[in-house]
Amino acid sequence: MDSLATQVIVDSLKNTHSESGGSWILHHVMDGNYLDFSPFGKIYLPHLEIFGFDISITRHVVFMWLAAILLTYVFIKVAKSYQNSLIPKGSTNFWEVFIVFVRDEIAKPTIGKGYERFLPYLLTAFFFILFGNFLGLIPFSATFTSNIAVTATLATMSFLVIQLGGIKNNGFFGYFKGLIPHGVPVFLLPIMVVVELLGLFTKPFALAIRLFANMTAGHIVIYALISLIFVMQSYLISPVSVGMALFIYGLEVLVALLQAYIFTMLSSLFIGMAVHQEH
Amino acid sequence: MIAKIYFAVISIIASEGGGAGLLSVDGGLAFWTTLTFLILLFVLGKFAWKPILTALKHREEAIKESLAQAELAKEEAKKILAENQASLAKAEEESKKIIEQSRTYAENLKQQIINESKAQAQKLIEDASAEIERKKLAAFDELKNQVAQIAVDAASKILKENLDAEKNKQLVDKYIKEISKN
Repeated sequence: MDSLATQVIVDSLKNTHSESGGSWILHHVMDGNYLDFSPFGKIYLPHLEIFGFDISITRHVVFMWLAAILLTYVFIKVAKSYQNSLIPKGSTNFWEVFIVFVRDEIAKPTIGKGYERFLPYLLTAFFFILFGNFLGLIPFSATFTSNIAVTATLATMSFLVIQLGGIKNNGFFGYFKGLIPHGVPVFLLPIMVVVELLGLFTKPFALAIRLFANMTAGHIVIYALISLIFVMQSYLISPVSVGMALFIYGLEVLVALLQAYIFTMLSSLFIGMAVHQEH
Repeated sequence: MIAKIYFAVISIIASEGGGAGLLSVDGGLAFWTTLTFLILLFVLGKFAWKPILTALKHREEAIKESLAQAELAKEEAKKILAENQASLAKAEEESKKIIEQSRTYAENLKQQIINESKAQAQKLIEDASAEIERKKLAAFDELKNQVAQIAVDAASKILKENLDAEKNKQLVDKYIKEISKN
């Protein structure tokens, strides 16, 4: 990208934002109370409230449920296929690769002894994020993993699993005592306590931001590239825009896989660190 | 230049402000995420991960076990083959020995039978010779008696009145004995 292109992107971002009472890019990336099938129309979703708390069914909720249904369908089918025969057939082969990958390449090396207990959480998180990421790549759909509320919730789950796993394995006091490394000078202890306690929260915070930023950035860049055509008001720019958008899309396929892996891997790593503190 | 884009994006996010920004956490969505994820965790944990992981474990154990068993069976087969070969060699030796033994036995038997039959034949021949000798002697005696009788008869015919038959016979016998002694 040369500096001119950069300038154009920046301008387009600013323009689209200032125009039409808000940025259309953000409307696409963000949550909303309708399913967007433009130019074919929109499907508005119901508004729900409990005790004054807004729990409307939004675009991201719909796609999250879609991912949940898909996950349930796919993996119960896989489980059923194992009942018939231990030899995997058809799609079971495909999903088994991921399951064995999570077990042997993520959970086993990072958690070590007693990793089986955390496998259900890690597998669910991995496939939930993976399905969400890939659902977001389908036209007219929305990426619920690019919503900070979703990623923050997932990171909170990881946080709870990490702390509960650590406390269960080392005892309540043993766990918090084990957080501070051995051989720290006494005068450093107050600082270390603060640092380590902060560290507990920065880990899941980083998890949430990483997933959210990665899943959002790709989409924003694609929209920005497409918007170049309208900003410059020329068909001539479209081959460049579409070509680069396609390239970013290809990159996003990679990122979708990678972020599911990274979220699970880091969660597993933190669980391992909490459970086996001696390392 | 990436920084420029970054700041442009940030400014948009920031300028949204209020409750509708990209970085604002929507409580309702967080609620639905929690609910969905927990239900998913429960359902998949119970109906998918548990059976799948158990099946995978079982399969891995089965593979490990069958490999170990195959190794064991191979060892066993090797041992049995060696044993078979050894027993085969032993059997061959045994059969050779038996053949050798029976051959010797047959040879001995043959020799014995031949000897026995030879002896028997010899004995038969001897018996026959003795019988012949005996018969010859008997015939000779008969002849002697007949000749003596004939001679006595003839002599008595000739010397009818002169000689008493009994006395003459004794006389002739005496002579004959003397002749046979000579």
